[in-house]
Amino acid sequence: MSVPENLKYAESHEWVSLDEGVATVGITHHAQEELSELVYVELPEAGKQVAKGDPVAVVESVKAASDIYAPVSGEIVAANAELEGDPSKVNAEPYGAGWLFKVKVADEGDLDGLLDASAYGAAIG
Amino acid sequence: MSDPTPSRSPLHDEHLRLGARMVPFAGWEMPVQYEGIIDEHRAVRGGCGVFDISHMGQLFVSGGEAPAWLDGMLTGHLSAMAVGGALYTFLLNESGGVIDDLIAYRLEADRFLLIVNAAKAAEDVAWLRSRLEGDVALDDRSEAYAAIAVQGSEAAGVGEKMLAGHGVDAPGRNAVIPFETGGGTGYLCGTGYTGEAGFELVCPAGAGPGWFRRALEAGATPCGLGARDSLRLEMGYPLNGSDLSPERTPLAAGLGFFVDLEKGDFVGREALVKQKAEGVAERLAGIEMLDKGPPPRPGYAVLAGGEQVATLCSGGLSPCLGRGIGMAYLPRALSKIDTPLELDIRGRRFAARVAKKPFYRPAENIA
Repeated sequence: MSVPENLKYAESHEWVSLDEGVATVGITHHAQEELSELVYVELPEAGKQVAKGDPVAVVESVKAASDIYAPVSGEIVAANAELEGDPSKVNAEPYGAGWLFKVKVADEGDLDGLLDASAYGAAIG
Repeated sequence: MSDPTPSRSPLHDEHLRLGARMVPFAGWEMPVQYEGIIDEHRAVRGGCGVFDISHMGQLFVSGGEAPAWLDGMLTGHLSAMAVGGALYTFLLNESGGVIDDLIAYRLEADRFLLIVNAAKAAEDVAWLRSRLEGDVALDDRSEAYAAIAVQGSEAAGVGEKMLAGHGVDAPGRNAVIPFETGGGTGYLCGTGYTGEAGFELVCPAGAGPGWFRRALEAGATPCGLGARDSLRLEMGYPLNGSDLSPERTPLAAGLGFFVDLEKGDFVGREALVKQKAEGVAERLAGIEMLDKGPPPRPGYAVLAGGEQVATLCSGGLSPCLGRGIGMAYLPRALSKIDTPLELDIRGRRFAARVAKKPFYRPAENIA
């Protein structure tokens, strides 16, 4: 299941799961596969205000550093500290233990601009 | 780039069969990785890997005057080489800057094979052709050959299995052995770019897939350009276009060992003699990060005392050391081992120091 039905997706390959106003954000299975094995993850600090589309995190493979964009506006309320010691979790479980950060969503209307699973699946062909 | 369609290696179908990730590189479409760069890197350090290096250029230089002519074109003393030997050497411009770094193999008294960088092959050929003299002939056979590198701490055993029944043994270090294969002549070369034992095999293009498969069957792990780069960086080996450039000399790159200023005149010599007398202003130094952190990458600023003093030419995470390593041309006063530095990575500063090269020292492994 490389594009779970219950998530929303940004065209820049982040996934979003909304639970009581807090969006958990990660990168998709497709994205981690394209980036290949991650060796470093740089995450935002809790308390930071982010706007939809802002580069807020960086994931690095052996060959390249890639920006991760906030799929929604709001306040960072958590970052996945586990990834500091083991960034390969993003590759192994992109929709689970490899989540990146959580955003307290300012406007849930932001979610409407995201893709559903079938649209994202079509986008990555 | 006049030709947007990349060349395909004679091993292209092998790479696809193995599920390689193909990338454009120096006008070629080459595998950057198969299963993963770090595992491939480790396979070479702790076992054996096989790399497709068919993108590299093969230039044959022949003629009675070829040895003397090459002495005038390259930094090494080619006329003094033994037949069957190999020499790492430079092609310089008039100001002593590096056009290309290459390995010259003396096949016969009056015949040499030059293996040059893919990205520079056309420029090398044009430069050399415009300077041909006497009976010297230059034959660019880059399209006609496949080449693989068999490298690793266990390369000797893999080589033995691969070559069994082919009437040839693996070459010793810096040796070249011609042998018959694929209806033509191939060359076994005791050279490499990983710091490990092993050899490179150059053969007529049609014989390439067979030799690649023989290496796999003998136990070699297929390795892509990603691991090739991380392996050479751990050894502090320069990559032309990153660590070497037409604006910098082999002396500044710390590679004066491969420049023979005594053999007679050669292109660039005058500039090097002058630079040697005056002392180089900058040196290509190894840089190691002190703590775990983001991988250093080419283009990142190197700081000393809070000021930018250099830019990283090469950089990456060393799989064997678990830390970032890189190289930069540092002002000479800052190039001493252990000089404290910082790297600026996305606006954050990370502690680093000047480190001795190689960053990683393979176990004593070369026969």
